Amino acid sequence: MKPGAFPDLVVGLSITALGLLTVWLTWVIPVTPVYAVVGPKLVPAVVAAALVVLGLLLCGVALRGGWSAAMPDIAEAGPPNLVSLGWLGGGMLLNVILIVPLGFAIGAAVQFVCTARAFGSRAPLRDAVIALAVSLGAFFLFVEALGVNIGAGVLEGAILRALGREVP
Amino acid sequence: MDSLSGLALGFGNALTFANLGWALLGCFLGTAVGVLPGIGPALTIALLLPITFSVNATGAFILFCGVFYGAMYGGSTTSILLNTPGESGSIITALEGAKMARNGRAGPALATAAIGSFVAGTVGTLGIAFIGPVIVEWALVLGPAEYFALMVLCFVTVSAVLGASALRGLTSLAFGLMLGLVGVDLQTGQPRLTFGVPELLDGVNVVLVAVALFAVGEALHMAWRHHGGKQEVLEVGRLMLSKQDLRRSFWPWIRGAGLGFPFGVLPAGGTEMPTMLSYYAERRLAKPEYAKEFGTTGAIEGVAGPEAANNAAAAGVLVPMLTLGLPTSATAAIMLSAFQSYGINPGPLLFTQQAELVWTLIASLFIANVMLVVLNLPLVGLWVRILKIPVQQLYAGILVFATIGTYGISNSVIDLVILYTLGVVAMFMRRFDFPVAPVVIGMILGPMAEQALRQALTISQGDWSVFVTRPGSAIILGLAVLALAGPRLYGAIARRA
Repeated sequence: MKPGAFPDLVVGLSITALGLLTVWLTWVIPVTPVYAVVGPKLVPAVVAAALVVLGLLLCGVALRGGWSAAMPDIAEAGPPNLVSLGWLGGGMLLNVILIVPLGFAIGAAVQFVCTARAFGSRAPLRDAVIALAVSLGAFFLFVEALGVNIGAGVLEGAILRALGREVP
Repeated sequence: MDSLSGLALGFGNALTFANLGWALLGCFLGTAVGVLPGIGPALTIALLLPITFSVNATGAFILFCGVFYGAMYGGSTTSILLNTPGESGSIITALEGAKMARNGRAGPALATAAIGSFVAGTVGTLGIAFIGPVIVEWALVLGPAEYFALMVLCFVTVSAVLGASALRGLTSLAFGLMLGLVGVDLQTGQPRLTFGVPELLDGVNVVLVAVALFAVGEALHMAWRHHGGKQEVLEVGRLMLSKQDLRRSFWPWIRGAGLGFPFGVLPAGGTEMPTMLSYYAERRLAKPEYAKEFGTTGAIEGVAGPEAANNAAAAGVLVPMLTLGLPTSATAAIMLSAFQSYGINPGPLLFTQQAELVWTLIASLFIANVMLVVLNLPLVGLWVRILKIPVQQLYAGILVFATIGTYGISNSVIDLVILYTLGVVAMFMRRFDFPVAPVVIGMILGPMAEQALRQALTISQGDWSVFVTRPGSAIILGLAVLALAGPRLYGAIARRA
């Protein structure tokens, strides 16, 4: 096996594992008392089998040298930028944690600042101002124009109250 | 209803204040997302899907189609001025367009792209209006067996024929099919692949998957590859086409449109192939004195032809979507799910049962094309401004909209966790060159294929041979096998010879 092909082998094995997981999930689908020519298990079984076979074939390709190491995109790219990824992932995590207690606008604004940092911004205060404008703008666009019900958080509620509106 | 009276009805409806407004909004949004690198029409339409709850079907589809057409126009601006194609159909445009821009001819390149898009969009829309009803006539005789076969053909072409590797395309497709299976089986009422999680009984939401694949995965991929550095936006200069430019652009526009539309109509879908063919055709057909501009200073023919082919193919994609209910691109698949949320089934009956909707939509496409030329030529300065949004704030903003679009579906944090998890999967798909469109198409078309399979087997009383004894389905399945095995067989024979 070529040295650059190891990640490809991991991909092939992951897809095989996903296929085996699907096999198990198909196994546990309750057997239906309703008569059906095509029962609930047939198509999942076919898809599961396809995933296992495709995963094994990808493993085969990986063992014969892999595919991704030769791609110009990968060959020319430097090492993964883990700092950027860390800021981006951290922003996502903070949003998931903050969105329920504090509401969408604050959670998304925090995520905005982290994401901007991930892509090299060095002005967190300016980003925070833009972030609040964008997230509040998005909130009112979705709630007012698209009619999507997103519970008002701390900040949204305060603005709605200041405008003399009802807080949903 | 024949095409002309259909169009008369359609223009009558489309020229109302509200529908013109939807078209203009769609064109504006579409051009903007086309210009912005990293987001495209599939993501935008997915984020706009909530309007299906509050806006009537006609308005919503005019908006969606405006976004779809607009993104094709906007994509060329980015390819020419930034040399980074916004979407796959503009890769070829960037070849010559960016060279023209670097040699101070960005204006004519933008102009020939926009006018070529207009010519091709109009030719393509005429194609929808006149070929659509013919296909409908023909499609009315198709039974569930043929539909199932058509869907199988569609699966094979979008995953195995297009793209770098059939193996990786099919893997993406299988992943999409798996996502589509999650939830309660509609026929037998059994929960499938839900891990016993009650939130998954309704299935995985299409919006969530589209946003994860097209926004979160893209942002993660860009962060992974981030190395700082700024991109330079080239100057536009004068937009006017000289007489010579016009003469050199005219036939490439026509040829590009003629080449692109059939490719879009075929279930092969995709805009890469027709744009590439158009580029090579123009390169070969160019007069010797202009041929040397290809690859050096940038030849206008190499922008005019592919850009026309791109737009005509995009219009062509709407034909199988509207007449057969077959989506051949990720954007079309998401539009199909919008139809489903109105309880409308696209397919041959659409033209008869929803004639007003269909013809209003087609008429709006003509109007959208006119709006788009105006938006993209005199207002090009606005889009250049948008191109200058720094990448930090751009991706941060995209993630804010991605979050609200997903969180708004159910107000559930579980959905956000699934969104980000799928986003990580999408990042690895980018890294290992797995195409994402087959995931969306498999997820949306998979359950429909299962339903067609069941209907066909119910009619045949459980006899599986219907798929090969009915001539229509046998031919279509034969084509699917050929599409899958053909290139390999050809390769084997060529090696031996």
